[in-house]
Amino acid sequence: MSFKHMFTSSVGKKLVMAFTGIFLVLFLVVHAGLNACIWANDNGLMFNKAAHFMGSFVVPRVLEIGLFVGIFLHIIQGYMLTLENRSKRSVGYAVNYSKGSKWYSRSMALLGTLLLMFLIMHIYHFWTPSRLGGIGAIQGLKTFELNGTEYHNLYAEMQAVFQSPFVVILYVLACGSLAYHLAHGFQSAFKTIGVHNKRYHAIISSIGYGFAILIPLAFAMMPISFYFNLVK
Amino acid sequence: MAHNNLNLKLKVWRQKNANTTGAFVKYDVNDISDEMSFLEMLDVLNEKLIVTGEEPIAFDHDCREGICGMCSLYIDGKPHGPWQANTTCQLHMRAFKDGDTITIEPWRSNAFPIVKDLTVDRGAFDRIIQAGGYVSVNTGNAVDGNSLPINKDDADASFAAAMCIGCGACVAACKNSSAMLFLSAKVSHLAQLPQGEPERKSRVLNMVAQMDKEGFGSCTNTGACEAACPKEISIANIARLNKEYLRAGLTQE
Repeated sequence: MSFKHMFTSSVGKKLVMAFTGIFLVLFLVVHAGLNACIWANDNGLMFNKAAHFMGSFVVPRVLEIGLFVGIFLHIIQGYMLTLENRSKRSVGYAVNYSKGSKWYSRSMALLGTLLLMFLIMHIYHFWTPSRLGGIGAIQGLKTFELNGTEYHNLYAEMQAVFQSPFVVILYVLACGSLAYHLAHGFQSAFKTIGVHNKRYHAIISSIGYGFAILIPLAFAMMPISFYFNLVK
Repeated sequence: MAHNNLNLKLKVWRQKNANTTGAFVKYDVNDISDEMSFLEMLDVLNEKLIVTGEEPIAFDHDCREGICGMCSLYIDGKPHGPWQANTTCQLHMRAFKDGDTITIEPWRSNAFPIVKDLTVDRGAFDRIIQAGGYVSVNTGNAVDGNSLPINKDDADASFAAAMCIGCGACVAACKNSSAMLFLSAKVSHLAQLPQGEPERKSRVLNMVAQMDKEGFGSCTNTGACEAACPKEISIANIARLNKEYLRAGLTQE
């Protein structure tokens, strides 16, 4: 049994989805936590400092590479699995069996595609200007000065982006997709890595549903806060 | 209890063999007692078809007691019909109302090719069992049953998994045509007993490899299999299968 065999069988591919999924769940915690600095109500000072730390310190930059690898693996593997699984039933049913499972557990690929579309927009809005463009290059990203050093003003970027009600609606809808994707994905990932003990499964299910509500809610509140001028 | 007779319309999948394309054919069946089983209703229809010189509908069945796993049929969008924890042979016509239209389809999965009409070839399950769903025991006198102590809870959990009759409803219900509930029941059955210990790692690896070779899909934990299973095999077995696979895959030479 080689490792290649182990991770390319039907169960192995699930394991790849589960491990990358749990890694992305951890990323969401970090992302939501850092972004919550916008609510410090200090005109973005704490948030900009946090964003500068993440963008300039070596540890988060190395982890960022891991994040991109994880995201790509999760997306590519997800699509390949979906196509492969669909090919296993050439002739479909006249009456579909939908009562035995939740709609979102059957729609992970659709929800994931919506998230991918959101991700492209999101990276265009915030990641490319601050990481690739250098200071102030793309979209005229604003800067601010602190103790004689120039920093990206991502807070001002957020303020600018979330002035458009259309963008705010898209972000909130994406948070809805994320909520349902997590509602199934969180507990399913732990089942896939072998948690079958009923006591632990009950705990993980509860945490999963809580996570699927709270994290997307926190994210959705960010564009809403900016749009309605709730942060100063 | 009142005895009722039903007049029903059936939409049945007819297909001559694996190489032809099939289609739904409509039949009227009248004066069906609601005390009949679903298969007896089909028997009545087949008797009628034989008399009129038509080809009777082919469907699988054997014990008609709900324990052999031979009957199948995807009835009105659910494997084994509308009742919970029930096989098609134990489904009775009182589950339906007078005038109902019932759609009857075969199990749909490329790993279960259609032999004729509603009969599919479930040989893939046999080959998965052959790949490791057994314990190797040397011949000789039977060992005394009490010589090997087994925790009662483990024995019960093993027996719950061993309830699987291998009918294939899990595959039919799964949107991915995955056989993971079947396989996990067979692996969990033996993994929880000391008799299964010697071949524990090779069993799960070989059975998963055979399942992939047969062309089943992979599991996404939707839970449709568990809901359709006539023996209520728990989806927790799939998590146990994953654990067994991870353990064997990481430690096998």
